[in-house]
Formats: sequence, C-alpha cells, structure tokens
Amino acid sequence: MKEITFKSIADAVCELTRACSGLTASCSSAMRAAYDKESNENAKFALEMLMENAEVAKDRGLPVCQDTGMAVVFVKLGQDVHISGGLLTDAIDEGVRRGYRDNGYRASVLDPISRVNTRDNTPAVTHVTVTEGDKLQIAFLPKGFGSENMSRLYMLTPSQGIDGVKESIINAVKLAGSNPCPPIVVGVGIGGTAEKAMLLAKEQLLREIGAPSENSALAALEQELLLKINALGIGAQGFGGDTSALAVHIGKYPTHISALPVAVNIQCNAVRLSSVTL
Amino acid sequence: MDYIRLTAPFDKSELAKLKAGDRVLLDGIIYTARDAGHKRMYDAVLSGGELPIELNGQAIYYVGACFDKNGKPISAGPTTAMRMDKYAPVLYDNGVGASIGKGDRSQAVYDAIIKNKAVYLCAIGGAGATYADCIKGSRLIAYSELGTEAMYRFEVKDFPLIVAIDIDGNTIFNR
Repeated sequence: MKEITFKSIADAVCELTRACSGLTASCSSAMRAAYDKESNENAKFALEMLMENAEVAKDRGLPVCQDTGMAVVFVKLGQDVHISGGLLTDAIDEGVRRGYRDNGYRASVLDPISRVNTRDNTPAVTHVTVTEGDKLQIAFLPKGFGSENMSRLYMLTPSQGIDGVKESIINAVKLAGSNPCPPIVVGVGIGGTAEKAMLLAKEQLLREIGAPSENSALAALEQELLLKINALGIGAQGFGGDTSALAVHIGKYPTHISALPVAVNIQCNAVRLSSVTL
Repeated sequence: MDYIRLTAPFDKSELAKLKAGDRVLLDGIIYTARDAGHKRMYDAVLSGGELPIELNGQAIYYVGACFDKNGKPISAGPTTAMRMDKYAPVLYDNGVGASIGKGDRSQAVYDAIIKNKAVYLCAIGGAGATYADCIKGSRLIAYSELGTEAMYRFEVKDFPLIVAIDIDGNTIFNR
C-alpha cells in the first residue's frame, strides 16, 4: 500500500493546468504538415496564424486560446494506493482552482440553470479507472466548448451496420462545420452504452495525434474516415481547403445485441494535454 | 495578400469597400460581448431599456478573454458566432457596423447584414495569444456581475481579421 497525499495531488494538478499555455508536440507537427500542403489561401492564412500563435503562447507563457476549457481529468488509480488527507476529486478541484487562478486562465464554469459562475473553473469533470499497482496517473485535458458543443451521440440499430457508423461520424463533422475551430481531431467511441460510447470518444482525444489505433481494423477505418472528412472541404476555420481534420481516433467496446452506439467528440485545433504519474 | 487598414468605430462607407476574403488590420475601439452580454443587450433593446454603449458604427467582438492579475488580457481569441445569431440581427438593426467572431452565421444574420450594409469579420479561433498581443488597452464597461462574460472596451492595434460576410452578403464560407 502506498500513501499519496491530498496536497501532492492538488500540487500535481495545479502544475498540469499549465498545459493551457502550449500545444502538444503532435498537434504542432500535424498543424505544420497541414500548412505545408494547404492549397486554399484563406485556410493557409488561418493555419499560419495558429502556428504563430502557438509560438507566442509558448515563448511568453500565455494561454494558447482564451477558452481554457472545462478541466477534464482522467485518473488511473492503482488499487494499492491510499489517498490521505481528503477526497481525490476534491484534491483535483483544488489543483484546478489554484492553477487557473495563478495563471490567469479563464473561469468558464457555471451552474447550468442559474448560469451563475463558480469563478474558479471548478468543478472539474473527473473520470477514475482503477488499475493494478501503486501508481496514480493523472491526465489533464482542458476542453474548450466551441468543439465540445458539437458532440453527437447516435444510437444506431444493428441493421445500420458499419455503413451507418461511417455515415454518422461524417454527418457529425458536417453538422459541426466551421464551429469547432477546425482543423479538428475527431474522437469516436463505438459500442458500450450511451455514456460508455461518449466516454470512449473523449478518451480517444488523449491519444497522440495521428498515431493509429492498435487494432488494425479500427486503424483502417480511421484512415478511411480521415480522407472522407478532408474531402468535405470544410477546411481550417471553415474557410475551405484541404485539412478539415488532423486525425480521426476511434475506440470500441462490446455492446448489447440490440444496439450500435456511435459517439463523436470533437477536439478543436488547440490540443492541450498534460499528464503525470505519482 | 495585402491587408486593408480599418478603424473602429466604423464609417459605414469604409465597410462598403470591403469584400469577402479581404484581410483586415483593425485599429481603434471594440466592445466585447458573449452569450450573456448579448442577452442583456437584446432584452434592453426589446424592452426599451438602456444599452451600455451607443451601438452606431461599433464593432462587437465575441470574446471572453483571459486576464492576468493586473487586468491585462493575455488570451483573447474569438468564440463561436453562431451562438449570438439569435441576438445579432437586432443589434445590427440598431447600428452595429461589424461583429467579430468565428464560424458561419445563420441566414437571419446574413439578411440583417445586407439590410444594414454591415459586415461580419472573422478572427482566427485558437489564436488567443496573438490577439491579446494586439490589445493595447482594456477597460470594464458593463455587466461586471457576469465575470468572464462582462463587457470590455478594448483598444486594439493591427488586429488581424478576414472579411467573412461583406455588405452584399458574399461570404468565404461554403454554404
């Protein structure tokens, strides 16, 4: 049994929030590759600005995007860990509270009915998975809502099959259009229940951009859909052009004999992500 | 492509020269409003209440910025314009010269833009640090209780934009 304190978790999460001031390396290189091959002048202008922006943000420690998101936190909790001094979720919220305040990140979280802002960007949305061992892994994904608002869930019938799956994913991207700040990353969850499919879709956004699925059938599906999505001509910012999506990442889970859930969760061009193991 | 220099608030005759796809460097004064600020202004117009600013010829920027401890904007890119589509026609009808946001607009907004000889300018979504760099002064104007969604007056210099919908309703978006 290993003991991990409330304070060490809060401190770690506070540090992780600084991910808001930079793009991930795989996002930067995917953006550069998109810029190099872009043939549409307006889209090229947008991609150039986004690359310059990432440089400015990194050099000066500024938030890449003013939408520093709702803090989505994925925890893998080793079952031999004992957390002392308070609740895990409270420790994560404490880290988010401090990190957002200290860095001037935006407080974007409010009560959905009264619309009264909590003023410190808490609570985070925390997902915990229990694993083997005595480590605590924490991943921080600040999720902007221009893209999150474009999420879709399709509860297909089994007769709609793989063609229905493909159509649904493409339909979701089409409906999102210019809104989610393309070029986007398309996270897809196929199977499970409604909420499992959506969680799977979100988890795909943690993957390195463009790294194919370990499942060869899914990897082929990702490639096929990426080509089809980029043929839609949405382009950077919806200005038209060659790259509407930087990647399609798909995960799957067994589902019910009656069902074929497909969830689509879209990530904007500003992929910000950090992780730590305690 | 060369940039066209533009100053806000606008002389409508300057807006008439803009064509969809033109690149613009904006100087001058712009006012911020997001969802909650728009609802307040919209309700004020419909109920004959008071607006926090005179709208004539103004630029309304759809943004909720990040600020440092001294109140200086440190990230200030555009938010999704579509969410303001319910309110924007009424604001254009009351004199707004340009809205600044990201993403395409509803037909009702296109109609309001054509009717009022106004424009819609796009900032690049995700370029928050770059835009903050172009803000030389910031002042809270109204709706402070909305926090992040309060209305600010930004003084901007060389603020890079693209004309997304011109006064004739031409657009850079594939509709």
